[in-house]
Amino acid sequence: MFDTYLTILKRDLLLAMRRRSDIFTTLFFFVIVVSLFPLGIGPELDTLRLIAPGVVWVAALLASMLALERLFAVDFADGTLEQMLLAPQPMAVLVLGKVTAHWLITGLPLVLMAPLLGIQYDLSLTALKVLLISLLLGTPALSLIGAIGAALTLGLRGGGVLVSLLVLPLCIPVLIFGAGAVEASVSGLGEAGHLYMLSAIVVMALFLAPLATSAALRVSAE
Amino acid sequence: MLQVVDLECVRGDRKLFSGLNFELHPGELLHLYGHNGSGKTTLMRAICGLLRETEGEVRWNGEAIRKQAEDFTRHVVYLGHKNGIKDDLNGVENLRVACALDGVPISEERAWTALEKIGLRGHEDLPTRVLSQGQKRRVGLARLLAHDAKLWVLDEPFTALDKAAVGFLQTVIREHIDGGGMVILTTHQEVTLTEGQVKRLQLGWKEEGRV
Repeated sequence: MFDTYLTILKRDLLLAMRRRSDIFTTLFFFVIVVSLFPLGIGPELDTLRLIAPGVVWVAALLASMLALERLFAVDFADGTLEQMLLAPQPMAVLVLGKVTAHWLITGLPLVLMAPLLGIQYDLSLTALKVLLISLLLGTPALSLIGAIGAALTLGLRGGGVLVSLLVLPLCIPVLIFGAGAVEASVSGLGEAGHLYMLSAIVVMALFLAPLATSAALRVSAE
Repeated sequence: MLQVVDLECVRGDRKLFSGLNFELHPGELLHLYGHNGSGKTTLMRAICGLLRETEGEVRWNGEAIRKQAEDFTRHVVYLGHKNGIKDDLNGVENLRVACALDGVPISEERAWTALEKIGLRGHEDLPTRVLSQGQKRRVGLARLLAHDAKLWVLDEPFTALDKAAVGFLQTVIREHIDGGGMVILTTHQEVTLTEGQVKRLQLGWKEEGRV
């Protein structure tokens, strides 16, 4: 079972390496959106510090939506999704492999870039650290929850917009606790509570989302 | 043994077939035929479990495939209209990934041999995006050589193949049947394989008549 997980993971990473544009689209989108705010609002450090967590988190949320549509669409078009559904392994394991690859390709670069962008907002070192940790916990949850939406809208026309409409409301808790962690750390309340909640959300998503996604894929692939 | 009991499938608001019954035993080939849109592909997908039937059920060794899930799918190879290969991977990589997913991982040498047998010598390490339609089909079909599944469900396997490949594929299918395997096949081409001792099932004749 673990072998199949690794097979899918390696395959998707290899495919991403051969088609690098996908990785950079999400990352550049994130970088540009986050950089536009200081330019638009002006160089008032107090305001920037205040809005930083929210802006970075919303940008991360939107960037992760951007890549979702392609998560299963390519596999669906070339018939490999059918073959995955017929593989003698639980589909949830394969889904988990795909989502892991998706996160490594689109989520992780974004997490690593975030502290650098945080400097534009004059965030302190501690705040940057909390931002990094909250994104590291939160973005896998975004990928996992997003996968459900991507599976449900597979093969529909205009699926891209629909995915966002379906998934964004579900991501609100992640956003609240992710951005909240940084705010709490800045205001001196302590970020621990928020990070624990984020961890709980990830664990739950890790367990439930692959099951929901594979059920949705079975319906969509009919 | 594969059993289809009172099967009914509806696509959209169109009933494609209902009350369909047949059995397939080891060493038998079933040739599905009927005009375009008569439900051949739908039936094949229902047999594999890709598509949920409206009524009736498909049984494998006496038990419904819905209950067996992975225990059933490990005995099936399905080749549909789509080749099920990745454009950016080469033939060897495609074959190895497909086999690993099917639970029968193969070595790189074995993948090379299988591709050479199916007539892709010299093209094994090119990304399949640059291959011709027929060559892509061959990459998809190479799975049959590397697999030990009992039941092959082949939807139009001969499309886009040249004469030599059609001949070779027929030999492979013939060998599989002689070895106690089962094959369900659709084709609009005249092939010697479908003559003589095979089961035949015609779909879609009730309402619309023959074409």
